[in-house]
Amino acid sequence: MTTTTEAPAAAPEPQVRDRADVRRQVRLVITFAVVLAALVAFALLIEDPKFTYLLGEKRTAEFVPKDGNATYISWGAVAIAAAALVLAALDRFPRGWKGALLGVLVGLAFYAGFLMWAYTDQGEGGFQAFIANPIPGTIRIATPLVLGALAGCLCERAGVINIAIEAQFLSGAFFASVFSSVAYSSLVFIPVGLCAAFGLLGGVVAGVLIAAMLGWFALRYHVNQVVLGVVLVAFATGLTSFLLGQIPSEHKETLNDPQVLEKIEIPVLADIPVVGDALFNQTLLVYLMYASVALVSFLLFQTRWGLRVRAVGEHPKAADTVGIKVDRVRWQAVLLGGVFAGLGGAYYTVGSTGAFDREVSAGTGFIALAAVIMGRWHPVGATFAAVFFGFMWNLQNQLSFVQPVPGELLGAAPYLATIIAVAGFVGRVRPPAADGEPYVKG
Amino acid sequence: MKLEIKGLTKRFGSFTANDHIDLTVEPGEIHCLLGENGAGKSTLMNMLYGLLDPTEGEIVADGTPVTFATPGEAIDAGIGMVHQHFMLVPVFTVAENVMLGREQTRGAGVLDRRAASRLVRELSDRYGLAVDPDALVEDLPVGVQQRVEILKALANDAKVLILDEPTAVLTPQEIDELMGIMRGLKEQGTSIIFITHKLREVKAIGDRISVIRRGKVVGTAQPSASEAELAELMVGRSVQLTVDKAAPTAGDVVLEARHVSVVDPRGHLVVKDVSFEARGGEVLGIAGVQGNGQTELIKSLLGLVRPDAGQIFVEGRDISRHGPRQSLEEGIGYVPEDRSHDGFVGSFSVRENLVLDLFRNDEFSRGPVLRRDAIEANARHRIEEFDIRTETMETPVASLSGGNQQKVVVAREFSRPLKVLIASQPTRGVDVGSIEFIHKRIVAERDRGTAVIIVSTELDEIYALSDRIAVMYDGRIVGTVDPSIPREEIGLMMAGASTPAAANGGAA
Repeated sequence: MTTTTEAPAAAPEPQVRDRADVRRQVRLVITFAVVLAALVAFALLIEDPKFTYLLGEKRTAEFVPKDGNATYISWGAVAIAAAALVLAALDRFPRGWKGALLGVLVGLAFYAGFLMWAYTDQGEGGFQAFIANPIPGTIRIATPLVLGALAGCLCERAGVINIAIEAQFLSGAFFASVFSSVAYSSLVFIPVGLCAAFGLLGGVVAGVLIAAMLGWFALRYHVNQVVLGVVLVAFATGLTSFLLGQIPSEHKETLNDPQVLEKIEIPVLADIPVVGDALFNQTLLVYLMYASVALVSFLLFQTRWGLRVRAVGEHPKAADTVGIKVDRVRWQAVLLGGVFAGLGGAYYTVGSTGAFDREVSAGTGFIALAAVIMGRWHPVGATFAAVFFGFMWNLQNQLSFVQPVPGELLGAAPYLATIIAVAGFVGRVRPPAADGEPYVKG
Repeated sequence: MKLEIKGLTKRFGSFTANDHIDLTVEPGEIHCLLGENGAGKSTLMNMLYGLLDPTEGEIVADGTPVTFATPGEAIDAGIGMVHQHFMLVPVFTVAENVMLGREQTRGAGVLDRRAASRLVRELSDRYGLAVDPDALVEDLPVGVQQRVEILKALANDAKVLILDEPTAVLTPQEIDELMGIMRGLKEQGTSIIFITHKLREVKAIGDRISVIRRGKVVGTAQPSASEAELAELMVGRSVQLTVDKAAPTAGDVVLEARHVSVVDPRGHLVVKDVSFEARGGEVLGIAGVQGNGQTELIKSLLGLVRPDAGQIFVEGRDISRHGPRQSLEEGIGYVPEDRSHDGFVGSFSVRENLVLDLFRNDEFSRGPVLRRDAIEANARHRIEEFDIRTETMETPVASLSGGNQQKVVVAREFSRPLKVLIASQPTRGVDVGSIEFIHKRIVAERDRGTAVIIVSTELDEIYALSDRIAVMYDGRIVGTVDPSIPREEIGLMMAGASTPAAANGGAA
């Protein structure tokens, strides 16, 4: 007897189309039809196709506004959307990464078409708005999101749901500010240039402490992890607000007036046109963020430790039966996640504006959580999702000056764009199988 | 390695799962551990593998006493285990699963996947276990997954291999292959502990047989012992191995499936254009290895999933768009394959579970109010009629034994007038005494003129009950045959061959 069994004699395969597959096609067709209609409308509504744009984020000596013509861009976007619609209608829309790429392309086309409509016809002599480079603002918003999402990936790959990213952000932001301020005002042995970096350490300590609370209750006492996460967020919100209120105004300089990280320019790379300055003239924290993405991907997928993390998140019993200590691995993943989330939190004080303020992270921890899921629990995917959210947020900020766009619509724009992007990223989202389940032996 | 178990005892509270068990496994021996479900076989093996701490007693390996606090220590001592429910991570490759816990690295904790693949290839060549090291485990058929489990143990240099109910998920051909593998391992000096409740298998492969009953070793036997002797030893009394039944008096077609197809939530077509008829007064057995579409087919008959194509008729009425409640009201009785998941509410009492799908009747409720007296009377009556062994009718069903839980489900389903009875794995995890009883009741239901559909992965059960056998493979019914056909032929069909005999079968 050989080891394989014969396939049955070719019976005619009945032609039943998967219902989910049909739904996917319907979703794509509807989405692209809406996008196409909107783009055609944008293109037709433009009366004077002149607009101005800027390669930098602000008008400076280096970046001077230039003129452009919207006609080609608008109708090019229409052509891309039309092509995607035809492909979807004929059920020829590609799958996998090609489909994702095409989806992103349609999303960009929509963005371009929308911008053209928004920035043309500004009216003579009125307020002059120009399209600014979206990359610097995107990076600014995405940095903490990416770090938080990496923390989420690590925890959830190990099977611990981390809703408490927001809590880690808040406490990380607060203690980063405190550490940096104290270092500057009291710890004279720390050089001034390193005070801000010392603040990062404070963020890490706070993030790890919240992670330790998460681990303690989730792994030791098997508390429901969703409820636990929400409680931790409430705890961190209350605690940081309370502590902030306890700082007397005369001590504000010593406790909550941190040194802010300075920009470090990387030679050569920073000179790349359009993107260089935005990506490679940044603070230490942003470079740490880039490195973290690579590090977490490498750890999870190329190392022994990562294999074990993923094993305990998928099938803890299987890991246990080959001698892996499930809870120990989960602890490690949760605590390491705390490092990244704490760094993300530090961004809100020493990484950007300076002093801590009440709820300074404004719910972005939850957006990071959404990025984890949209990125399918993969650090690189989550990073792309976080960057996308950052991009949409930045767009919303930039567009608030522009005339034809009603403010209410603007608020909805990021979510609308999310839906369009997700239509391209079709595929079943599958979380780690044991996500959120405490492991009980026996 | 010579493995001795001396006076091993495990107590859970007042319950003694293993009572002073003595067992010796000689090097290069296939030692069969025979016992019913719940006899304590798995508890014993879990102690041997470091998953449970023994209450008393000791384990001796090659003359030195050993204790295993974790599976890791057991593995280091040379014990490998193939679990009944595979301990494989579905989204990992074969090589990743084999290396897990003993990872090959290139220093600094970086995985060396190539070395892992090479090891898998070497082992598969040496032991004749063909597996692609880079395939994802979830894409492999269960028979191959089991090979991966065996490879995992071998990669850790197992000298004693424990196989826990390894044949439950295999076709007869795959069982033959497994036995070939076991013989090969034995020749290379590996000792094997083979746990099963199937008499045929222990006779075919065992060097020595230990029989375990209610946590005690009640005797050892040679493979030459007759099946009846082994069964008596296992159950503790003489057992009737066949079911008495008269020739069927097949009536009209009651349930008919026409070109039914079902797509599962993952998007795979799992039931492919299945058509069959079930007649009153006849048992239609649906045979097949687990995971060949039986579960989804049955769910579609009951309205738990809607078929993506095709129709289902009961007495000529189309019920394909019915939900479960309408299907039950149509007169379909249903014994689900996973009773603790679909068959009862564990924390509810026996009394409540016995009316789970009947409480809407006028007999048991008046408007929104339940009639407690009628429900109690019903419970008393059913408990006696079906010989349900429970302390009181208020005992939660979860605390009953598997056999008695199943009797609760069967009793409830049989207490309505039925046109069709669908029983999926009706005796899985049920003791032999209860099996006899449930089989008798199913035959009695048939004799009352009900159309009975039995789904089972156990060929013995299919043969014992069926008047007609439909064999499913890969979502299709590959043939419908008479039970007089030899086992080997059905075995081939379960692996996908459509035999000439299929043409004789009638309604397929």
